[in-house]
Amino acid sequence: MSNGSAKLHSPKAGKTVKGLSDKAIAWLFVGPTVFLLLAINIFPLLWTVYLSFTNYKANRPNREIKYIGFRNYERILNDADIWLNMQATAHFLIWTIVLQVLIGFTLAWLINKKFRGNDLWTTIIVLPMMLSPAVVGNFWTFFYQPQIGLFNYVVSFFTGVDPSSFEMLGSVSLAPWAIVIVDTWMWTPFVMLICLAGLRSIPDYIYEAAEIDRASKWRQFWTITVPMVLPFLMLAVLFRGIENFKMFDLVVQLTGGGPGSTTELASINLKREAFEKWRTGYSSAFAIILFVTVFGLASIYVKALNKVKNR
Amino acid sequence: MIGFISGLFGLRRGPWEIVATIIIAVGVVMLMQPFVMWAFTYSFITTLVGTVLFIVVSHFRE
Repeated sequence: MSNGSAKLHSPKAGKTVKGLSDKAIAWLFVGPTVFLLLAINIFPLLWTVYLSFTNYKANRPNREIKYIGFRNYERILNDADIWLNMQATAHFLIWTIVLQVLIGFTLAWLINKKFRGNDLWTTIIVLPMMLSPAVVGNFWTFFYQPQIGLFNYVVSFFTGVDPSSFEMLGSVSLAPWAIVIVDTWMWTPFVMLICLAGLRSIPDYIYEAAEIDRASKWRQFWTITVPMVLPFLMLAVLFRGIENFKMFDLVVQLTGGGPGSTTELASINLKREAFEKWRTGYSSAFAIILFVTVFGLASIYVKALNKVKNR
Repeated sequence: MIGFISGLFGLRRGPWEIVATIIIAVGVVMLMQPFVMWAFTYSFITTLVGTVLFIVVSHFRE
């Protein structure tokens, strides 16, 4: 036995640990995590709140930091460009969640039926979720190419429209939908998996009892399947909602916020303000606005989720 | 309705949480709506008031 381990197992070491109260031992275990949480989450949050009331610029650290009150907040909330960013974010958020829930639930419902090759199909459907957003963004950029892109040819095949007559990423009206399609393609499997977990948690005897009561399939779906999957579905919406509210990588890779600023989501503008224009105080205020919005929404959502679970 | 109002005056959690939830929801809609600029301007303060109220009232009695 080495010297170190001999020390650990010495009667003195045992006595010291024995001398600690349960509370002290609990703090000993929880302490490092609490410290990391404070250092990585709480301190930066409080620092951001402080910076949001100043004119601080991170690229000029030696400049005197001036307290400017609520001026950053005032500027942001009267800025028409930021208002447009929030509208673009809302469009992206609402449509991705609606499509992902509808398609994800339908896929889960189909996969839950017992058929041959069920597992293989599940694996194939889940594949997009496993790819890196940078890779997905890159190859969808090729898909959307008007001359060589597969997407335009598929649309042309079904509608008869000339494939080179429209450009998904270059058109002001189509670009917001282009990013919605890619995010839906990538993250619908995630919603599907959560719904599938919900569907598989429903015991068969409930359906059997409904069959005995001669409830139709339609009735069974609305009175058994939907209410029992609802907590799972709400959880999926919460995850996707928070994730898409701060969506950055995929959209930057696809459009870079363009054309113009039609796909410039709030997080993209935030990054530009913070690390291209170096307006740290201003971008801190913007980050706090986004944080309060997500926090408020998540609070009421978690409350609703608990209510549904207790029902 | 009478139960809701008496719950508000009696500082009960349920009705106050409904009020806070409505304020947050209105704030978020104001932030993201494409119709009027003034609603966007006052959206943050509305959401903030709703969120703080939600945190406070979640400590009220059931």
